[in-house]
Amino acid sequence: MKTPLSWLQLTHEKVRLLVAIAGICFADFLMFMQLGFRDALFDSAVILNEAIDGEIFLLSPQSDALIAMKSFSSRPLYAALGVEGVKSVTPIYLDFAIWKNPVNRKTRSILVLGFNPSKNIFNLPGINEENLAKIKLQDVVIFDELSRPEFGPIPELFQAGKTVKTEVGDRAVEVQGLFSLGTSFAADSNIFTSDLNFLRIFPQREKGIIDIGVIKLAPDADLEAVLNTLREKIAAGDVIVLSKEEYIEREKKYWQNGTAIGFIFALGTGMGFVVGTVIVYQILYTDVADHLPEYATLKAMGYTNNYLLGVVFQEAIILALIGFIPGFALSVFFYLNAASATGLPMIMTVSRAGTVLILTVGMCAISGSVAVGKLRAADPADIF
Amino acid sequence: MTNDYLLCKKIMKKNGIPVVEIRNLNHFFGEGNLRKQILFEINLTLKSGEVVIMKGPSGSGKTTLLTLMGGLRASQSGSMRVFGEELVGAKQQQLIKVRRNIGYIFQAHNLLECLTARQNVQMSIELQNGISPTEAKAKSLQMLAAVGLEDRVNYYPQKLSGGQKQRVAIARALVSHPRMVLADEPTAALDSKSGRDVVELMQKLAKEQGCTILIVTHDNRILDVADRIVELEDGRLREGSLVDSFIGR
Repeated sequence: MKTPLSWLQLTHEKVRLLVAIAGICFADFLMFMQLGFRDALFDSAVILNEAIDGEIFLLSPQSDALIAMKSFSSRPLYAALGVEGVKSVTPIYLDFAIWKNPVNRKTRSILVLGFNPSKNIFNLPGINEENLAKIKLQDVVIFDELSRPEFGPIPELFQAGKTVKTEVGDRAVEVQGLFSLGTSFAADSNIFTSDLNFLRIFPQREKGIIDIGVIKLAPDADLEAVLNTLREKIAAGDVIVLSKEEYIEREKKYWQNGTAIGFIFALGTGMGFVVGTVIVYQILYTDVADHLPEYATLKAMGYTNNYLLGVVFQEAIILALIGFIPGFALSVFFYLNAASATGLPMIMTVSRAGTVLILTVGMCAISGSVAVGKLRAADPADIF
Repeated sequence: MTNDYLLCKKIMKKNGIPVVEIRNLNHFFGEGNLRKQILFEINLTLKSGEVVIMKGPSGSGKTTLLTLMGGLRASQSGSMRVFGEELVGAKQQQLIKVRRNIGYIFQAHNLLECLTARQNVQMSIELQNGISPTEAKAKSLQMLAAVGLEDRVNYYPQKLSGGQKQRVAIARALVSHPRMVLADEPTAALDSKSGRDVVELMQKLAKEQGCTILIVTHDNRILDVADRIVELEDGRLREGSLVDSFIGR
């Protein structure tokens, strides 16, 4: 093996190397956090959509996301019952109301979801026969135990056996059960109740004017065929027919494109990238500038320009790799903390780690290619 | 290559080919109105195994001539033959080839700070193809021993004295058995004793390897190591000055 000049050059000056690693680590951390929050937003935004047990969804064409729902008549939903392959249909009412914290009386906006409790249509922990039976009672709701603390210590009070009474909108309600959904950028807390209770909380809402129509298919039904039939038969101007996949995609797309959130996080990631590029450039440039006579000597000895370019690029790649490791570790640690602090589902995924690693290498490669411009100054004829 | 050329080369070898043959060389710096002539009608021949010292005041063009001979700078006009290769109008690739047959020693030692003495010397061997790492290492150690630094092989340049650094530079320049050594003010940064030692060492080792040495200097104390002294003044060469007349022998 030939003398590994790039490695020796980098490791010779320990302080500079540490600064470089810290810089890259910081840049990687920034990118990881931005991408992590962005993905957590998109993941959390569709937890509810994913939890609904159905294959086909009816929506108003003007409904883009859970926070921007337009109600529609449930008539086409019931019409769908006549299509072959459809097993059952369930209307869902959804709206936001003001929740009063029963302890300190402060108010916050909460997502209220109403459905017919005779049938369980959610795959969520806590939505079970027992809780469904409870919400059949008048003015009884079940509360999301993963809510933000500002909504009050409801789970603690409930588990301590106390009766939790508060107001939602102008209606007095009682919490008689807990379930787990989690916060999203749309809602910091959720309550589920029966369709009848929903209409009590929102007296201005009409029965039969729903927000989501859920269609469950028979086990042997062909999804594509039913989708096509439904689109032909009932998709008029006031309702669209989506598969579950399309429904989730529509929700994600809203957050990605319809709001500034996707852009903001992309911008944050970009800033991490730029900061990293500048730091690595600074390190590589100083390295080249400090060793100019030595590099010129190598050229005088007969080393080619490409060899020296290679040395600088190797340094860039080495920096990228060794800077990535602490950046990754730090981010995993902060993901765990951020997840518990925000209630957002933040986990390190292989694809995100891969993305950031590629960005890091790209970052260092860009810095390297700018820094090698200085190598042209390493002309032995000018130095001696 | 024509037969004539090969024949010519053979005859040259027999009679000792000139390592460097310069004819009517002119060199200019700058463009347009700022164009300034640095070297005027230089004629110089260096024979194999010769030790030649080039003297001259600052700004006389010594270093320029040295960099032209070493293929570090493109020769412009006239003829500059190094190892029989014409360097006037030569391509970068040819220049790099010539450089690999030349050992350089500079005023500043220019050792790589991040490499030990042995690794610095080894960088020079690694330019040659087909040398195994073990062999390269052995040769480097042997060369460092020859310059009297066998107990300093794993030292970094920072930990070496000026004279020791210059000796590492000599080992680096000579380890690949170059055909010519070009030394630019090798003693300038050294005290008289270590300067003298360094030059004598250089001369001794180069003689053993049969290589030509050109030393650019204005250090009068080392003139006696030369077989021949040339003097450059205002870009014009005065050839043929005898060593004896300079050093008063």
